[in-house]
Amino acid sequence: MAVLLTKESKVICQGFTGAQGTFHSERAIDYNTNIVGGVTPEKGGTKHLNVPVFNTVAEAKIKTGCNASGVFVPPPFAADAILEAVEAELDLVVCITDGIPTSDMQRVKREMKGCKTRLVGPNCPGVLTPGVGKIGIIPGHICKPGRIGVVSRSGTLSYESAVQTAELGQSTIIGIGGDPVNGTNFVDALELFLDDDETDGIVLIGEIGGTAEIDGAEFIKSWSGKTKKPVAAFVAGAAAPKGRKLGHAGAIVNSGAETADAKKEALKSAGVTVADTITTIGDAMRKAMKI
Amino acid sequence: MDIHEYQAKQLLSKFGVNIPPGEVVYQTHEAENIVSWLNEDKIVVKAQVHAGGRGKAGGIKVCSGDEEVVKTVDKMIGMKIITPQTLESGKTVRRVYLEKGYDIQKELYLCITLDRETGGNTIIYSRKGGVNIEEVSEKTPDEIHNMKIAPGSDLLTHHARTIVYNLGLKGAVAKKAQKNILSIYKAFVSLDAAMIEINPFAVTKNEDVVILDCKASFDDNALYRQRVVAEMKDENEYDPLELEAARHDLNYVKLDGNIGLMVNGAGLSMATMDIIKYYGGEAANFMDVAGAATPERVAAAFKLIYKDPDVQGILINIFGGMMRCNDIATGLVNASKEVGLNKPLVVRLEGTNVDIGKEILINSGFPIKPVDTMEQAAQDVVKMVKENI
Repeated sequence: MAVLLTKESKVICQGFTGAQGTFHSERAIDYNTNIVGGVTPEKGGTKHLNVPVFNTVAEAKIKTGCNASGVFVPPPFAADAILEAVEAELDLVVCITDGIPTSDMQRVKREMKGCKTRLVGPNCPGVLTPGVGKIGIIPGHICKPGRIGVVSRSGTLSYESAVQTAELGQSTIIGIGGDPVNGTNFVDALELFLDDDETDGIVLIGEIGGTAEIDGAEFIKSWSGKTKKPVAAFVAGAAAPKGRKLGHAGAIVNSGAETADAKKEALKSAGVTVADTITTIGDAMRKAMKI
Repeated sequence: MDIHEYQAKQLLSKFGVNIPPGEVVYQTHEAENIVSWLNEDKIVVKAQVHAGGRGKAGGIKVCSGDEEVVKTVDKMIGMKIITPQTLESGKTVRRVYLEKGYDIQKELYLCITLDRETGGNTIIYSRKGGVNIEEVSEKTPDEIHNMKIAPGSDLLTHHARTIVYNLGLKGAVAKKAQKNILSIYKAFVSLDAAMIEINPFAVTKNEDVVILDCKASFDDNALYRQRVVAEMKDENEYDPLELEAARHDLNYVKLDGNIGLMVNGAGLSMATMDIIKYYGGEAANFMDVAGAATPERVAAAFKLIYKDPDVQGILINIFGGMMRCNDIATGLVNASKEVGLNKPLVVRLEGTNVDIGKEILINSGFPIKPVDTMEQAAQDVVKMVKENI
């Protein structure tokens, strides 16, 4: 069993007929993802990429039995799209959209409290299970089936990690996104990989800003005996000046705990093998696994 | 996006927050009218620049008498403010704010911002407001309090009440402070603010509660629905290259080094800065060519980096996810033609359509060096720049 996206997943795309929705759904279909339909308001009843288009997520669920969605809706409408999928009780919602206002995501967080849907993102590259399928924009051809779980705040750094762990292969790649308020975090992803019997080692890619990596390190410290798995990590932004936001809305150093060095130290103290540069993350994983 | 103190005060006053009477001036002669209109014994003259630590740098002066005010304004306009938060060259004062001065009983601290741990907002506050708040948080962290609000929830009266009691306020003053805090929070939420910092949040000798200094920044992603805030942007406060980048929708931050960077993805862009540093170089900028890349956008990004006089060599590091390598290559070649490329250019492309991309670069006729790995790219560009200097 891989995590999040499995052979049983039935996937829809919200914002299906838009340029990004279309481009990446085509690639997901080429990657044999089980795309059962899409949602674009006002286009219900038509067909797109040979699958049906619906006006609402609720309708798509009734007609297709979908349980997962990729959201490619523009920022002003994306939070609403996420909540539409949550109310339809899908198991998994992956939001790719970059640029959603923070207060909209706070609203999403409030509405999602205690509900069964898992949100990945926003502002993320998505989820890919090699050989099974993908939701989002991770290029399929760089990922190989295998036993490494990858979790990353950055999209492009998850791609680097996939390439460098090619000979080990990946169980699932999870991009949790670069926004300050998001769904799945490092602890959630680590928990999924720890419980997954098809994952033997974990790559964690963090960056400056916030303290999610430190929470992850605390969680890893709590692992014991049999249930332990080797973890390799890289934290981007060691060369970043304080107080300046670098691209991702969440990538800004405001306090000492948010620096790359503090996070690397926390991870090291949890027994994680930390790579100095992103180009050695594959070596770090092999070292952690003693191969 | 940051705004000036006086703009933040204008916004807050619309929500019922008690701010001192004041007016902004751009030229000395305007001060003469303002000072007689304000008609106060004590006037504070404040340089309006986006940087903390103005007071210590001579950007805040308390004056009495019209003549002193006008003289001070005259000195302040055009002066350079250099603080730990500005570049070494400092910031030129173009606007000065004149406001009523008070006799102060207490200087408190109040700041609303996002709490990354909970995803909700938090109100950070302290009895020890004033210029040394950083020192307070370092030496006596117990003096700094936190009121965490659940994501998407309102600040309720009992929250505000708890804050004012912890601030040591009583009676009518406590009531006034509570009302102000509720209003500030309302402004924060309604305006999609990212941070509103009030320091000092002051109690006057006459038992009034007033906002003496205020810093505010806003969520860039929400500016599309906050036109009043968006229009407050003061372009003089930004690096010209950063302004140009914003017009092309590029994520660009000017830095101190000499190696120009163009990368797709914020994470990869940071990691590229890191690896350049690891091999002994220093990046001249952060640049994430985010989103859909057309050859035109790539060309605009490249020309922008090329324009920076600090740039001695350029590294392009593209991992095509959302972007296609052939688009990047076409954009680069077009831009190289336009600028007449004569600085070292190392290009690492990987991902969608990579082979077509490399072919376009090799056949371009320009001295562009395509390499296969990021490690190689960083080593090469650092070496080439060092040899060039």
